[in-house]
Amino acid sequence: MAPILQLRSVKAFYGQSEVVHGIDVAVEEGGMTVLLGANGAGKTTTLRAICGMVRSEGEISFAGQRLDRRSTEEIASLGVAHVPEGRGTFIGLTVEENLRLGGYTRGRSDQNIQRMYGYFPILAQRRRQQAGALSGGEQQMLAIARALMMTPRLLVLDEPSFGLAPRIVEDIFTIIDRIKQEEKVSVLLVEQNATLALELADHAYLIETGYIVTSGSAKSLADDPQIRRSYLGY
Amino acid sequence: MHQFLQQIFSGLAAGAIYASVALALVMIYRATDLVNFAQGEMAMFSTYIAWTLVNAGLPFWAAFLITLAVSFVGGMAIERVLIRPVENAPVLAAVIVTIALLLIFNSTAGWLYSYTVQDFPSPFPDRPVFGALITTRDLGVIAVTLVMLAMLFIFFRFTATGLAMRAAAQNPESARLCGIPVGRMLAIGWGLAAAIGATAGIMVAPVLFLDPNMMGGVLIYAFAGALLGGITSPVGAVVGGLIVGVTENLVGTYLIASQLKLTVAFALIILVLVFKPNGLFGTAIIRRV
Repeated sequence: MAPILQLRSVKAFYGQSEVVHGIDVAVEEGGMTVLLGANGAGKTTTLRAICGMVRSEGEISFAGQRLDRRSTEEIASLGVAHVPEGRGTFIGLTVEENLRLGGYTRGRSDQNIQRMYGYFPILAQRRRQQAGALSGGEQQMLAIARALMMTPRLLVLDEPSFGLAPRIVEDIFTIIDRIKQEEKVSVLLVEQNATLALELADHAYLIETGYIVTSGSAKSLADDPQIRRSYLGY
Repeated sequence: MHQFLQQIFSGLAAGAIYASVALALVMIYRATDLVNFAQGEMAMFSTYIAWTLVNAGLPFWAAFLITLAVSFVGGMAIERVLIRPVENAPVLAAVIVTIALLLIFNSTAGWLYSYTVQDFPSPFPDRPVFGALITTRDLGVIAVTLVMLAMLFIFFRFTATGLAMRAAAQNPESARLCGIPVGRMLAIGWGLAAAIGATAGIMVAPVLFLDPNMMGGVLIYAFAGALLGGITSPVGAVVGGLIVGVTENLVGTYLIASQLKLTVAFALIILVLVFKPNGLFGTAIIRRV
């Protein structure tokens, strides 16, 4: 099966400087792919290039369509949902308004909102509260739920574990795994928590200073002694 | 006592005008982080359009609605053509653009319509009612403003586009990730602000009489109202505008010569900026780097 997302020799820029130097990445339909790498390796910039938020060169195709040179809002309405670094919830709006905004391109969204409350019951309890009043974990859940409101074919997650307690991280990854099955959505994940990410993902890429240095099945990377030493810490 | 109440009510009518213009300023400030110095002159120009239509023989309310529509489209066009190119420029560049707009509208109106003061018809009769506490004209102005505010509230609170506009103003990047065309939302914001200003201009013109400088003072009072309420708060803009209207009237009647009333607005602007920069309802703007 053809990958749902394919990057070919993609360069991406942070302001004027090139931080990703021609990488090839593929995400299989229905699969979960993880990008690993140290801080500043270019993971977030790669995700932002996919969603048209930074300048890029090279070819980015999604479900048979080119994404490069499209606007962020067009890419979103094609079915790429991006949960950005720092979650990007609308803190001054209520939980339910945030969800409604996620469904902006999909018209009537009441049914989908109920489905999201099924995944994240805590959000149903907090539906009338401002998003800014939520805890970090709840905000991450809201960010994911808002992305799913777009009924995307590809979910792009930028460090969902960032700043969260280990137990909450486990909860969130459990739910991401469940969502992947039930929503039939493919996932591209950037994650510092390599152990957890490699457990869930099918495929993994390791980025160092803007280059892909290793790629393969998540299992093979988890077994690679060098990766274990540098990224998994055992 | 009777005179005092009278002054409060006529202050509320003036305040309704300031509240409308203040609301227009706040809407644009929230959406684009920009104070639109041309808001008053845009409203003045809209009022001339209404004046032309009325003189051409259209019924008042038809002229009113057509003017609102024209102003809405004009506001959107201004955003597209003049504001968008300086969207990412330093804020001073955008401020200069709005000041240029102020001058352009002022001189164009003077050129097209001359600086002669014109009578503007009021749709409301000018009769004292409720024991001469308030005139029917002031009541009409307040009623029109309230209807407009209610419609705006419903629009922003209960429609998908209104919600998307709030989202785009608050966090443009996340709004784009939701598939919201942020540029279009900003343009709609400018269109709405222009239509709100047009309403204020048409309502105030029978009182102030129409000339190209009609809105100069109104804009200063509206600034004072917007700052007092908190430049980030639509509710604050309305409350602030009303407070400024009443204060202006009372101070002008009891404390100082009415020629000096505008000074009160400036004094208020300075006091708010020094002692309570976020105003009554505003929130501190935190810029994350």
